[in-house]
Amino acid sequence: MGPKIKIFKQKSTLFLLVFALFSLVSLKTYASGQEEHPATESDSLSAVAPHVGGHEEAKEEKVNITKVAFEHILDSHYWHFWGEGHETVALPLPCIIYSSTKGVQFFSSAVFEHGHASFGAYSLVEEEIISADPQEKITDLSITKNVVQLLLSAALIFWIFTSIAKSYKTTGVTSAPKGKQSFFEPLITFVRDDIAKDNIGAKSDKFVPYLLTVFFLILINNVLGMIPIGANLTGNIAFTFVLATCTLIITNVNANKNYWMHILMPPVPKALYIMMIPLEIVGIFTKPFALMIRLFANMTAGHIIVISLIGLIFVFQSLWVSPVAVAFTLFIDVLECLVALLQAYIFTLLTSQFIGAAVAEHHHEEGHEGEEHAH
Amino acid sequence: MNSLFILGSLTTPGIGLIVWTSLVFILLVLLLSKYAWKPILAAIKTREENIAHALSSAESALNDMRELQSNNEKILVQAREERDALLKEARDTKDAIISEAKAKATKETDRILATAREQILNEKNAAISDLKNQVASLSIEIAEKILRSELSSDDKQKALVNTLMKDVNLN
Amino acid sequence: MTGSIAAIGAGLSAIGAGIGIGLIGGHAVEAIARQPEMYNKIQTTMIIAAALVEGVALFGVVVALMQGGN
Repeated sequence: MGPKIKIFKQKSTLFLLVFALFSLVSLKTYASGQEEHPATESDSLSAVAPHVGGHEEAKEEKVNITKVAFEHILDSHYWHFWGEGHETVALPLPCIIYSSTKGVQFFSSAVFEHGHASFGAYSLVEEEIISADPQEKITDLSITKNVVQLLLSAALIFWIFTSIAKSYKTTGVTSAPKGKQSFFEPLITFVRDDIAKDNIGAKSDKFVPYLLTVFFLILINNVLGMIPIGANLTGNIAFTFVLATCTLIITNVNANKNYWMHILMPPVPKALYIMMIPLEIVGIFTKPFALMIRLFANMTAGHIIVISLIGLIFVFQSLWVSPVAVAFTLFIDVLECLVALLQAYIFTLLTSQFIGAAVAEHHHEEGHEGEEHAH
Repeated sequence: MNSLFILGSLTTPGIGLIVWTSLVFILLVLLLSKYAWKPILAAIKTREENIAHALSSAESALNDMRELQSNNEKILVQAREERDALLKEARDTKDAIISEAKAKATKETDRILATAREQILNEKNAAISDLKNQVASLSIEIAEKILRSELSSDDKQKALVNTLMKDVNLN
Repeated sequence: MTGSIAAIGAGLSAIGAGIGIGLIGGHAVEAIARQPEMYNKIQTTMIIAAALVEGVALFGVVVALMQGGN
């Protein structure tokens, strides 16, 4: 254990030196950007950055950790890679808006010049496209960073699994799986047997494709989100909202008589119906709502922690904090790897439990189990 | 940056992403179900069935082999028994032959011995009779000679004849 | 010191979740020690229970975040 830590510390110090140097450079460019566009931040988590650059521009700058953190977590109309201010390296993404007065409009987000310019009546404020015309209502359907990652991950998943399907066809089922096939086959059988069959029972075959898609979409996006330039798609409430809504729909569309009986005629005295039925109906929605919040909050919290730990260096303005910060970050990153897998597993597992409760013949026990999930 | 705003946008689902996610997700479920999950799950199921089948056939082959082995053993035991029986029979035959031969030989010997004894007896009898004849002829000769000498007188002749007759009878 | 009340709220929910997950983990270890052959089932149940507890804590954190915005 001892020598390992030593090596690790040496490596992290080296990395930190490089990292700190890099950050100083970016801070400098950020500062020059600030001259043209005055900062508006006034948050509690801000810190005074060292006076970098020459004496003539020695004015107070702030590294706003909250801002940096939320920039990483929230959706964006640009795919930001690195750099700040004029040295920003970012890919402008297409904007698609539906305007109540002008209909569908299509343009690149490059026209906003990172929020510094306006395009006709439109301007980009805090990643939201706003029209100068108060009459005009805008529905933003842009291909944002999250949408790009969604499309990429969908394409990736489609490619992975169709090529696996093809390899079954070419190599046949009698030979042992190879490559991708041998990596994903245990996961597929795990979802099929341990998640679907164990919780849904005999009718599980019908739901396995849905569960597999949910599992791999969440898993791959969790992992992509952990890569520094990746988007935080699974930590976006819109994404989890859609998945949870699909679970809600699938659960209730496939629910049998027992499930509805348990909701509309719960096994309690009739006098309690007035209280129990609304509770049960609310329970239908709280279960997927909990799914939505769990995935969103877990992933977002993980990202905030990672950025905050790195941000400690700038809060304390000391290079000596960096080994500690990086050690903690590494630890949290390892934990996040586990969480990425675990959250995909839990989302799929709870989905299959909800479906299982809805299609089960013996509704009593599972119904109550479901209630617990709601809280 | 207004933090109320960012927190608001953090917990408020954006309509654009909802639309795109719904579209992509539903398409992905449909496409993957058709082009990936269906063949993959079918292949995995076939493989599992193959493995189960192979296992059961291996089991039955093992059973067959065991049966065969026990059959072989049975056959071996039978063969050994047969061999033992054959050997026993052969031994018995041999013993029988030997004892028969022995009995035959004894009989032959006895017969030969008896023949020999008979012959000896016959020879002896012949010799005795021969001897008797010779003795008789000798006796007659002697008697002639004695008679010639003795029968010079009548009395003597008579007395002699009487004596001789007596002796002959006694003999 | 704005947002500190919200931070206290988030901290409180973390305490609750910590106690809950600690209890779950501890009892799961005990159960596995008692019946090692049930390891897989206990582990699954433990993860589910931990996720539920964590969900409650995250509700707290999210509410704290929402309220702490100002």
